[in-house]
Amino acid sequence: MEDGTVLDVRNFSVNFGILPAVRDVSFTLRPGETLALVGESGSGKSVTSLGILKLTPPVPFCRIEGQALLRTRKGAVVDLVQASAEEMRGLRGREAAMIFQEPMTSLNPVHPVGAQVGEALRFHQGLSKRAALAQAAELLDLVGIPDARRRLGAFPHELSGGMRQRVMIALALACEPVLLIADEPTTALDVTIQAQILELLQRLQQKTRMAVLFITHNLGVVAEIADRVMVMYAGRVVEQAPVRRLFHAPLMPYTRGLLRSVPRPDFSGAEQPPLEAIPGSVPDPLAPPPGCSFSPRCGHFSPGLCDSVAPPLTHAEPGHLVRCARWADVAGAA
Amino acid sequence: MSDSLLAVRDLRKYFPGPRQGILGKHATLKAVDGVSFDLARGEVLSLVGESGSGKSTVGRTVLRLDKPTDGSIRFDGQELAGLDDRGLRPFRRRMQLVFQDPYSSLNPKMRVEDIVGAPLEIHEPSLSRDARRQKVEDMLGLVGLLPSHAERYPHQFSGGQRQRLGIARALITHPELVVADEPVSALDVSVQAQVVTLMLALRRQLGLTILFISHDLAVVGYLSDRVAVMYLGRLVELAPTRALFTSPRHPYTEALLSAMPVPDPDAPRRRITLAGDMPSPLDPPSGCAFRSRCRYAEAACAATRPELREVAPGHFKACLRDDLSLIAPSMGVAA
Repeated sequence: MEDGTVLDVRNFSVNFGILPAVRDVSFTLRPGETLALVGESGSGKSVTSLGILKLTPPVPFCRIEGQALLRTRKGAVVDLVQASAEEMRGLRGREAAMIFQEPMTSLNPVHPVGAQVGEALRFHQGLSKRAALAQAAELLDLVGIPDARRRLGAFPHELSGGMRQRVMIALALACEPVLLIADEPTTALDVTIQAQILELLQRLQQKTRMAVLFITHNLGVVAEIADRVMVMYAGRVVEQAPVRRLFHAPLMPYTRGLLRSVPRPDFSGAEQPPLEAIPGSVPDPLAPPPGCSFSPRCGHFSPGLCDSVAPPLTHAEPGHLVRCARWADVAGAA
Repeated sequence: MSDSLLAVRDLRKYFPGPRQGILGKHATLKAVDGVSFDLARGEVLSLVGESGSGKSTVGRTVLRLDKPTDGSIRFDGQELAGLDDRGLRPFRRRMQLVFQDPYSSLNPKMRVEDIVGAPLEIHEPSLSRDARRQKVEDMLGLVGLLPSHAERYPHQFSGGQRQRLGIARALITHPELVVADEPVSALDVSVQAQVVTLMLALRRQLGLTILFISHDLAVVGYLSDRVAVMYLGRLVELAPTRALFTSPRHPYTEALLSAMPVPDPDAPRRRITLAGDMPSPLDPPSGCAFRSRCRYAEAACAATRPELREVAPGHFKACLRDDLSLIAPSMGVAA
């Protein structure tokens, strides 16, 4: 594992029975860095994040292969794939934490939020009940919950969606983890609340220098928060690049299609430019097409090339990886 | 307006809220509290706002799926607000709804032929089985599916295809007005683009009038002629799309547009973060309902409730202050 990285994921695969949900994913994360993991439903982005923290079902149902090396705060390197259930309990929350899309289903409805945030502190830091509650109040204040001390006794249903997500963030950040995995944390929220939560996450990241793996399907959100972007399609990484490069010089036809299918209202002309959709839909994971899994939807499809072998992930430029047999032609055609 | 298909005036829809105390009276939840707009034939008007703003209730009430508490809904010159089910029957086929969730709005036990053909059962009961089948197949072709798909069940389709089925079902009676309630929100981006493109094509082809309800401002900016912004049951701004996006006049619109994530890492970001959440519709602030989150609010805003008034041709706003110069968002550029 390279110095200065928090997370080093190598050849990471997750299989549900015979179904390969995630195949051969590799990436690294540095302190203070945000890597956005982008993809449509079924691309494997959530399974990747759940798999790293071993929140996927246990072994007979789900097999994880490869490595996920995490450098703890004290500098020790742990392979999460090999770690025991007990070791994982000590690491989750303390070293690596996760926030989810729907805070209502992630918070326990029958316990006050103060106790839920405090629980992490008592479990990982051995604080007394009183000290944990005091610190929970500070955390709720930090994530911008007004009148935090009084809200300690509030139940999740008494809070709005945005406030609940703030509680989730306070809970995740209680022990100042080195790694935060955020799985669509703003998808269920209104845009104005989404803006508040993104701003909060960025502020907290600057403060704690944690590394963030941010999973989303919203390219607008990616443009706002990511340093680097990884695009997944049908369980594989198909492109990885620094954010500006990915938006301005995407190489994989899927990424290009995705960027073009985002509506961008343009009021300079009389009419809106046509919206370019990607034809077809995501392949059935149990019956993937031969060769490149995007080939049946791809405008650059070349018979005999794209439908024979799955292309490898290639270094197009330093830091820019692409999985496409024709990326050089595609780049030239633009 | 002579060519308006739909004219909504001072529409109100109140729901009983929770009881105040054990034996107390029910509080009143004013989901829609005095909304007026016209919809011209062939026009796409979008209704935007955050969850709880009342936009879906407007859509449902306009279609008379809910009975309005007060106000007038004139469809093609005829008043719908007071009609009972029987009186509404002739209008039903002329106005249809496309739902948000293509998973829960299609009966999993019915074949596509019966799902898409269901409106014909009611509105053209004399139609023969073959003629109905033919109409279903034509409609499937129109929305980009295959005639053979009529034999299938909903689970055999992807999300985007299911939304096409929902659209086919809505269009089979040749409605003049379609209310589309968040029709693309549940879809992935690449598929969302397919459905947006389809809706625009159908609108041109069939001359549809569409009330498009959405919280996605990018989609709204892309496909609507005019946009109405709702906040806590009232319209706060109504304007041609270009005017709304390039020179918003209401502080809420300004904040909403600035919160829209722009898919361009180099876009200048001048975000106006609204403090807090939308207030409870059970207990809205006095005067202007937006004042509790507005950065321009003055003392007068608490006293007077601003009415929607025309501030430029076709551009309406409900805000007391005319001295504001508001920021228009940057849309970013395509790769």
